[in-house]
Amino acid sequence: MQIFQYILLAFLVVCAVSVSFSKRLLNSILIFMSYSLIMSIIWIMLESPDLAITEAAVGAGVTSVLFFATLKKIHAMREEDEEKHE
Amino acid sequence: MSRPIPEEEYGKRAGGAFKLWMRGIRDPYLGNVEVAPGAGAEEDEKRLKEYEAEKDQIIRKVYDIEHNRRYRLFRKFYRAAALVCCLTLIVMLLITVAYLPPVGSADNPAHNEVAAKYIEDGMQDTGAVNIVTGMILDYRAFDTFGESNVLFIATCTVLILMRNDKKKGKGSAEEEEKRDSHYEPKSDKILQTMAMVLVPFIILFGVYVILNGHLSPGGGFSGGAIIGAGLILYLNAFGFEKTERFFTAKTYKWISFSALSFYCIAKSYSFYTGAHHLESGIPLGTPGDILSSGLILPLNICVGLVVACTMYAFFALFRKGGF
Repeated sequence: MQIFQYILLAFLVVCAVSVSFSKRLLNSILIFMSYSLIMSIIWIMLESPDLAITEAAVGAGVTSVLFFATLKKIHAMREEDEEKHE
Repeated sequence: MSRPIPEEEYGKRAGGAFKLWMRGIRDPYLGNVEVAPGAGAEEDEKRLKEYEAEKDQIIRKVYDIEHNRRYRLFRKFYRAAALVCCLTLIVMLLITVAYLPPVGSADNPAHNEVAAKYIEDGMQDTGAVNIVTGMILDYRAFDTFGESNVLFIATCTVLILMRNDKKKGKGSAEEEEKRDSHYEPKSDKILQTMAMVLVPFIILFGVYVILNGHLSPGGGFSGGAIIGAGLILYLNAFGFEKTERFFTAKTYKWISFSALSFYCIAKSYSFYTGAHHLESGIPLGTPGDILSSGLILPLNICVGLVVACTMYAFFALFRKGGF
């Protein structure tokens, strides 16, 4: 279990660093989502399931959805779509 | 026996031309179909050339950084300053961490009589099995009231920033929503089927977490966030027409208003009686029952309603600037 926790923590650091280094905003948000998911697993292992529930619902769910809506509002997602079609 | 046709001649025949056209190598209409230049075309060309020249000049001047000594100096200074700022911050934070008391030590300032009292007398005072909920909705209920109000104020701020007041025409809420949903098909079969299966369970789980806040981990905030996420999923799958049947701006206003004012009145009463050592008359019940622990269950429901409505309202405002 200790090893699993270390792996999760290492993944957390990797996610945190790669959020700021990824070029595309969409990828950043997806990585941020996985960060929150891992964080909620770590909360469960630290024996605070109520925080885990909140983290999974707010961090991985609502915040990312709001980020997606904002990206669409500022037309950051459409450009990526056009790039893909070309 | 057919003789092999050279490549050039083949391209001139009808079949060959068609094949080339289909491959996108040569367009038979290019150069054959003439279009008369419209009036003012020459002038346009002249203006275009002027514009191009201007653009070139601007680009040359902008990217001519090597001759700009002051700019180069500033760039060096900027990098050095950024490095120094970063290092200073890191060193300051590390020094602060070094002065923190060790984790888990017995004489930490956090280990005082308050925590001991909460843990020992929590169940007796509040009637809640879950000490955390007992703390945040009984001992520290005033903080939680502030948090709920912060959520309400946040929604008001988003409403001020994102609200779309135009009723009809370009830029109205409906138009905005149409433009938004242009990139995601409304009747997505996979999303709708999955939402139909998942949304009832998500909302049921949220209700369970809220109602069992004083017995098991969770509480108003977690359950409300789950319900809000479920509502957002429903909205994404079925669109605003379906959600507007049960959730409009008016619903949001009334739910938030009544939940917050009930919280305020109920907690004011219990604080008043508690401060004056009066009997509050609210039965605590047996710990472990659903209907126990006095005011915690109704307060949990209030917080859950506020949080769920806030989550949904945020998303609706971000999407089309209204409900």
